[in-house]
Amino acid sequence: MIHSLFIINGSGEVFMEKHWKTVVSKSICDYFFEAQKKSANPEDVSPVIATPHHYLINICRNNLYFVAVLTNESAPLFVIEFLHRIMDVFEDYFTACTETTLKDNYVIVYELLDEMLDSGLPLVTETNTLKELIKPPNLLRKVANLVTGDSTNVSDALTSSQLSNIPWRRLGVKYANNEAYFDLIEEIDAIIDRNGTTIMGEIQGYIDCCVKLSGMPDLTLTFVNPRLLDDVSLHPCIRLKKWESEKSLSFIPPDGNFRLISYHIGSQNSISIPIYVKHNIQYREGSAGRFELTVGPKQTMGKSLEAVAIECAMPKSVLNCTLTPSQGKCTFDPVKKVLTWDIGKIETNNQNSTRLPTIRGNITLAAGQPIPEGNPTLNVRFTINQVALSGIRVQRVDMHGESYKPFKGVKYITTVKNGRFQIRT
Amino acid sequence: MSVNDRSLTTSASMNMQGIGNSSAGSNQSDEQVEPASTLSIFSLDMKKHEDIKQMLDSNKENLKLDAMRRVIGMIAKGKDAGDLFPAVVKNVVSKNMEIKKLVYVYLMRYAEEQQDLALLSIATFQRGLKDPNQLIRASALRVLSSIRVPTIVSIMMLAIREAANDMSPYVRKTAANAIAKLYALDPELKDELIVIITKLLADKTILVNGSAVQAFEHVCPDRIDLIHKNYRRLCNLLVDIDEWGQLTVLHMLTRYARTQFVDPNKTYEDDKKSFYDDNETEKNANDDEESSDKKTYIMDSDHRLLLRCTKPLLQSRNSAVVMTVAQLYYYVAPRSEIHIVAKSLIRLLRSHREIQTIVLKSITSMADKHKEIFGPFLKSFYVHSNDSSHVKYYKLEILTILANASNISTILREFHTYVLSPDKEFGAQAIHAIGRCASTIPEVTEACLNGLVGLMSKKDETIVAESVVVIKKLLQINPSQYGDIIKHIVRKVDKVTVPIARASILWLIGEYSDRISKFAPDVLRKMAKIFPDEETIVKNQILNLAAKLYVMNSKQTNLLVQYVFNLAKYDTNYDIRDKTRLLRALLFQADKCPALSKNAKKILLAPKPAPLLESIIRHHDQYTLGTLSYVIGQAATGYRDLPDFPLEPSDSSVRNVEIIPVSTSQHDSARNSKKGTTPGGKKNTGIDENFFSDEEEEDAEDASTEGPDDEEEENEEDEEEEEEEEESDGDDEEQSIENKNKTNEYEQLDARSPTIVENQPQNSESSEEEEESEEDESESEESTDEDEQTIPKHVSTVGKSPSNTTVNNYALPTPKNSLFEIDSETFDPTPTNVQQTSTSNFLDDFYGVQSESTSSTLTYTRQYDCLNRMTGNGLQIQYRFPRQPFPRTPNMVHIELTFTNTTTNKDIQSIKFLKARPGVQIEGFKDIDVLPSGASIIASIGIDFNDKTQAALFDISFDGRQLSTPVSISCHVGELFEQKFLNEQEFNQNLARLRGMHEITGNLNLSEIQMKKLNFTTIQSKIIQCANISSVPSSSGDSTIYRFAGQTISSKALILITIQLNMSQSIINFTLNSDRIVLATMLLEEIKQTISTVS
Repeated sequence: MIHSLFIINGSGEVFMEKHWKTVVSKSICDYFFEAQKKSANPEDVSPVIATPHHYLINICRNNLYFVAVLTNESAPLFVIEFLHRIMDVFEDYFTACTETTLKDNYVIVYELLDEMLDSGLPLVTETNTLKELIKPPNLLRKVANLVTGDSTNVSDALTSSQLSNIPWRRLGVKYANNEAYFDLIEEIDAIIDRNGTTIMGEIQGYIDCCVKLSGMPDLTLTFVNPRLLDDVSLHPCIRLKKWESEKSLSFIPPDGNFRLISYHIGSQNSISIPIYVKHNIQYREGSAGRFELTVGPKQTMGKSLEAVAIECAMPKSVLNCTLTPSQGKCTFDPVKKVLTWDIGKIETNNQNSTRLPTIRGNITLAAGQPIPEGNPTLNVRFTINQVALSGIRVQRVDMHGESYKPFKGVKYITTVKNGRFQIRT
Repeated sequence: MSVNDRSLTTSASMNMQGIGNSSAGSNQSDEQVEPASTLSIFSLDMKKHEDIKQMLDSNKENLKLDAMRRVIGMIAKGKDAGDLFPAVVKNVVSKNMEIKKLVYVYLMRYAEEQQDLALLSIATFQRGLKDPNQLIRASALRVLSSIRVPTIVSIMMLAIREAANDMSPYVRKTAANAIAKLYALDPELKDELIVIITKLLADKTILVNGSAVQAFEHVCPDRIDLIHKNYRRLCNLLVDIDEWGQLTVLHMLTRYARTQFVDPNKTYEDDKKSFYDDNETEKNANDDEESSDKKTYIMDSDHRLLLRCTKPLLQSRNSAVVMTVAQLYYYVAPRSEIHIVAKSLIRLLRSHREIQTIVLKSITSMADKHKEIFGPFLKSFYVHSNDSSHVKYYKLEILTILANASNISTILREFHTYVLSPDKEFGAQAIHAIGRCASTIPEVTEACLNGLVGLMSKKDETIVAESVVVIKKLLQINPSQYGDIIKHIVRKVDKVTVPIARASILWLIGEYSDRISKFAPDVLRKMAKIFPDEETIVKNQILNLAAKLYVMNSKQTNLLVQYVFNLAKYDTNYDIRDKTRLLRALLFQADKCPALSKNAKKILLAPKPAPLLESIIRHHDQYTLGTLSYVIGQAATGYRDLPDFPLEPSDSSVRNVEIIPVSTSQHDSARNSKKGTTPGGKKNTGIDENFFSDEEEEDAEDASTEGPDDEEEENEEDEEEEEEEEESDGDDEEQSIENKNKTNEYEQLDARSPTIVENQPQNSESSEEEEESEEDESESEESTDEDEQTIPKHVSTVGKSPSNTTVNNYALPTPKNSLFEIDSETFDPTPTNVQQTSTSNFLDDFYGVQSESTSSTLTYTRQYDCLNRMTGNGLQIQYRFPRQPFPRTPNMVHIELTFTNTTTNKDIQSIKFLKARPGVQIEGFKDIDVLPSGASIIASIGIDFNDKTQAALFDISFDGRQLSTPVSISCHVGELFEQKFLNEQEFNQNLARLRGMHEITGNLNLSEIQMKKLNFTTIQSKIIQCANISSVPSSSGDSTIYRFAGQTISSKALILITIQLNMSQSIINFTLNSDRIVLATMLLEEIKQTISTVS
């Protein structure tokens, strides 16, 4: 049961509040600010804070804090999940959930919050149903609003008293071009040892869909090798039985963007890592050190590595780095002590090691500081297009229930979520 | 006239007042304008509010709307807009939907503060509660129950009671939500609310169930008895409830299971008793299913049902649901089954930081109790350098818990990296973790100690300090072996500066001074020199060291000790001074207390128990996993402990329900139909080619056991069923005997609870299948996968077990029921019929929100013969139209066939659907392997009649022979239609399209008495007797015109029926519009005939 919600921006200002029950004073947030002050890193704020009479549960996303106030026992995970769901809905409505968009659309925000929770209990959380009740803002309506001055956020559904039979899909969807896009995205989560052995490698995959189909299409998506999908979480629209029996995804899709399925390929399966980094980082007495990295592709299935970047959080005693990359750009932030090397694209056929991107140079250590004990960890980022690292492939997408011929597209991307691919040096 | 002009003039006149008002502490400035000075704030303030007030009072909608938006803006920013209450509340009657909504938002915020004024709005809500639009009814109830004005409690109570009986499930859901709110306002009403909750819990719509359980949890969580009758249904429907509802239901079911079932993890002796106490047959049925090592404990089938039904939810996208299922398994499942939750929990670790934190904390507790289940996922707990601090600590903790002799080397290597991480605090935690591993796993103690000693040479102080502390503790556990290490540490005493570490070293020297008798006095000498500059904790240990050395070696250290004691005597800390006094008395003043001094050595150097290296993270295991209290480590308001398992299970018969729950097939078909055919509103004429081919494939799998490809699937399915069968097969035997005696009498009833009869033949089928599978090598892989495949099993069997058990315990239905069935032949909607349709329709209800009002109460189903027992050599086939969409192909008419073996001594073998005669498409039934004499079985087929009443012919075979004459199923004209929900407007639009040649009319003369009998209910029931069509809600309230709409199942062509009563001439005029004019004509005749029977 969520009692109240405070939305706080990065600078600690409560810019929006909503109470589903008796009003709780804004000053309750002081407990949160206190906890925030105590932790060095904004990430380290405990998600659950107990105060004498209330319990605060907070999430942090996009530099916004959502702080929910509870007075009673209820599962923290439920509250956290719900707060994230609220953010998701805002993102869906306003394309991005930032302070500006929320302030610009405060009426819709308020109406949404009111519709999503009924005195602290979840009511409607499916964006498709919400959109039937409250129209999302769009440019056309803004213009119309300026000209005629009477536009309403309340959708016609209320007046017609019709609600969709399927909670996740609204009625009367119409598109001139019927298209369905499926992005199969895989994120690698790996830790590589200093010797180059993979200590841990997991894949987190998603199929993010953008379905713009008229009417009530019924889609079936089959995989070439569904056996790989062993640990999945499914969007509620998927018919569980079909999945269990045939390992095919049969569903009536929500309208618009949604995540159809996410899967996890655990560390028990061996994963081929498509990149390697040779590193040589040494600190020497006399406040200096060597720093050398070479990056190369490995087992990329013929595709080139794109948007490769390496981030390295240097020890505090490092004063500066003077490095020259053979490719890309290199910057060092002397305050945060973060070295960033933006490499860009690495061609696969370029196997000649001399032409592999390299970075070389010296590290200056602060005088009088002890030599750092451990070497820094490298955070690597890259993207490979048209490849899903696990090898999973969509066999076909069939549609029935509607007569038109839709355009169907599947895209494969292998990528790294920030900070999840680490090389220990 | 512009608003600004007006507001300016008023603001001028109000200025004086404004200043007076604002000094009362209102901070109502609207932030859109940044005032330059305080004075202008006040004037602006007043102006703004006046401005808004005037806009609200104006009669222009858009001004009002604008004003309301600004008011909401103020509320959103936390500014007080309370003084606008009178101006705002007036607009509650606004016709504009958005104004209305915003006023509602305002009311919910301020009504509590201005209760008297809020009462003005109540009448509007009361009107709203009667609105024909379900959404308006619901929102009126929502606001009414949310404004928290105690004086309207009785009005709320009335409204809730009424809404709980509303025909719209959406409104009923809102009513369920309102119950908790009303209870919070006035707990006195508990008893009355419980009555409503009881009713809503039994609601047939899953939309309502989630909220009803929520209300139950709020109002009367102790009334577990209310759940009994709904338990099985809730379990079976769990996957279909919305995710937030699932959470509540799962919590409730966990508690339910803990109060009703026995602990599945008890030992043999404990169980034996409960085993014999219980209903033996049912228990036996369970026996085979359980793995061999659990022979001793037999789980209650309802307990099993719960575990089975919750398992698919592990695949939910909602982390809270997954966590709650994990929690349920943790508290309710047998130890051997808990492992299935591990994988899903690991998946959650890829989610948001906050979720990770909570999940990891819970995993810590779970891993502590069940190490083995997370063992395979060790690597998932490796720490990334940018994990948040909580995540790091929990991961470290889990790794420590999971460490054992076989994986310790990898874990230690991993820990070593953490020690060197830039996050020093985390490094220290890692050292502590190494220490814990060393103390629990004797094999690595030495290696760990050496590693830790190595760390002592690091430059970082925190690391060194932590190492020393940990080493001290380890040494204490087994000091005799590690003399060298002690020496090594002693040498460090000068370099280590962290107080706690210095203190630890000094303590070690004092404690084990006998091993390092050469160094010890020297250390004391050094310490004496710097005594005043040390921290209290170090001073304490210096004193200890001094005392211990004096006891051991008084000659050498006497002076030194005296010196230290003198220094300490004048210390600023009184604890130190006290301690000095104590020690001095003990050591130097033997005359004063000889007894003590004599034993000084024993006192000071008494063997001390080794400390336990404990987790740095405090466990809060006393609280239920995953609750708020668990996370914060203190009991939150409203926290309730999970009850312990009872020693004796409760009587499982309390969970039996009179209404037989939906069987699997029905359940599935409903579920399928909801997804597959709810787009029924759309015309399905242009279905993709693939659609058909897919379906046929699927059907082939269902219908045939031939073909190696299909067998895999088949087997899986059969194994699923088999598992279920075995559970109940003891009962089945019992059942079948009774069946033999009574079949002829009870055919119809058997038809009603298909699973009873279905089970038996399938059972033998599945055992056959099993043999096949054993022979087939390719199957081996499949069977090894069985564990992983358990999810599908559970899903598919979900619906069955309750009906099995229900029937078992309920014995046979009474003959009275069969009489009812006979009644139904005469077209009277009888209670049994109502019951039947309501069970089968309740899933549809949710998806066809409006269907409820028209269809669920009145449906008739007539049974026809298509193969009599003479031509069928004892096999009799009857069919009826269940009037549900055919799950696999939406444009086929769903037909239920009842196969009955009327012979007395012969089993009929392998009844197969061969093929349809040309010209008609039929989806056949699944093969029936054996039909014992006297038994009957129900199977569904789908026939595409192509909108014709021509009979469909198909061939069947049994006992290996094809039946010479085809089976013929003719479709009653009314059965070619399905319901189509139109509102009046849509109806009229469609009507306009179907004029002219698509229209036929007819009329009927009735006697006046008959005419008087005609009202909506009678007409509707008559029409529904004729055809499966639905009424169109009328907005005019005209009682002489009734409209009905439907569409043909095959081509989805609309049929619109208008019935007009001409009271004065006792004539009924019928108008039917459809482009299937032939059908329409036939239907018209049918309707006329049926209506003429009104009496």
